[in-house]
Amino acid sequence: MPELTVRKPRPIWYNINLLNLPVPGIVSIFHRISGLLLTLAIIGLLYCLDGSLKSEVDFGQIRGGLSHPLVKLVALGFMWSFLHHFCAGIRFLFLDLGKGINLSSARATAYAVFIVSGLLTLILGVKIW
Amino acid sequence: MVNRVVVGAHYGLTAWLAQRVSAVVMAVYSLVFVVKVLMLPQLNYETWRGLFTPGWMRFMTFLFLLSIMVHAWVGMRDIWMDYIKSTGLRLTLQVGTILWLVGCTGWAMQILWRV
Repeated sequence: MPELTVRKPRPIWYNINLLNLPVPGIVSIFHRISGLLLTLAIIGLLYCLDGSLKSEVDFGQIRGGLSHPLVKLVALGFMWSFLHHFCAGIRFLFLDLGKGINLSSARATAYAVFIVSGLLTLILGVKIW
Repeated sequence: MVNRVVVGAHYGLTAWLAQRVSAVVMAVYSLVFVVKVLMLPQLNYETWRGLFTPGWMRFMTFLFLLSIMVHAWVGMRDIWMDYIKSTGLRLTLQVGTILWLVGCTGWAMQILWRV
């Protein structure tokens, strides 16, 4: 059977590189990555809670462990994950309610997520150092 | 408008709702917790332990930790479903995640009610 309509060549866009996503897309993938990291952090959170509440000695050990620069850096990484996940999550909850759906506000709030969580991480980092 | 009859077991809706409810619980608890820690005169063993001794705080903290487990389950399930194509491996990872999170919940209870 002959082709009755001329098939228009469709643009092919194979590049799904992270940096080629629009900002809301980057927030979304970071939400997923930070969520995965936070799941891994559950064990650390319980370990610290367990030790810090067990006895004064254990409390001191946990506190001492957390004051090591390398541990501080890792903890700050997890804190960034938490803050990003928190801010992006609140944005998603508002999107669920139909707030901030249009393109310009969706982009603005996506930028806001990065700025607010970044600033809070920076403040926290300065505070614990 | 598409008039589509939704069929199936609706697991998706339950998970979707559980993710959002647990998110709100965690968000509220986090804010309350940060304020309470900032209000401590100083942070030492006694004041830190004192945070968790009131019954309602233990109750709230347990709900927070339980929400973490539920939320982590829904999120990890999404990740496994999206990226792990082999059914056997996906099922193994999903069951492993559930067992791990349930075990962690037990530990969390023990930590809180021992205080």
